[in-house]
Amino acid sequence: MSIKVRYFASLKESIGRSEDNLEIAGLATVGDVWRYANPNKVLPDNILAAVNMDYVEWDAVVNDGDEVAFFPPVTGG
Amino acid sequence: MDIKICPEPFDPWQGIQAHQSSAADMAGKFGATSIFIGTMRDFNEGDDVKGMTLEHYPGMTEKQLEKIVAEAMRQWPVIDALVMHRVGDILPNEPIVLVAVWTSHRGDAFDASRYIMEALKSRAPFWKKELLKSQSERWLVKNTDGYL
Repeated sequence: MSIKVRYFASLKESIGRSEDNLEIAGLATVGDVWRYANPNKVLPDNILAAVNMDYVEWDAVVNDGDEVAFFPPVTGG
Repeated sequence: MDIKICPEPFDPWQGIQAHQSSAADMAGKFGATSIFIGTMRDFNEGDDVKGMTLEHYPGMTEKQLEKIVAEAMRQWPVIDALVMHRVGDILPNEPIVLVAVWTSHRGDAFDASRYIMEALKSRAPFWKKELLKSQSERWLVKNTDGYL
């Protein structure tokens, strides 16, 4: 299945890219998506995850065509 | 409900006036309007700040703001609400955020606008990067705790 991965803010800067397009075989969770996309990078503290623009837990299962996003705590307002 | 992401400087007072005059069916129905405006300071955490860049997640930001306002409208009898939020490069003294809530009575207006503002601070995907007078840049790590 195809998964689009997006990164924002300080996480985007530390990873050095804003998105990935992954092909994953079989069942995968949001945590798996992070590990496939960033096999050598330890997950920074407090990173949040979203699937299709809704917040999810790390064990949420992803589906073909999903957009998965990772980002640090929000600081708007 | 109206949610506006503003890539350019905006005048919150004009925004309120425009919204209120465009919502003719509201006339005579509301007795209270609660307005919160957040403005950029020129100091933070003991440092002089000369500018800021606000990043957002187009699509998710609007979606989360709509959810937050809908939650407030379920909890309180809100007649209408307007949220405006800047993105991009911002200078001190420029408005960052406006939350305006129209209700029949003041208590609901205060409570609903506080709910929207606090939920926005913790859930709406915006990120601030400060440019200090010393020319160094830093991402804000987290917002201050809420007041709910």
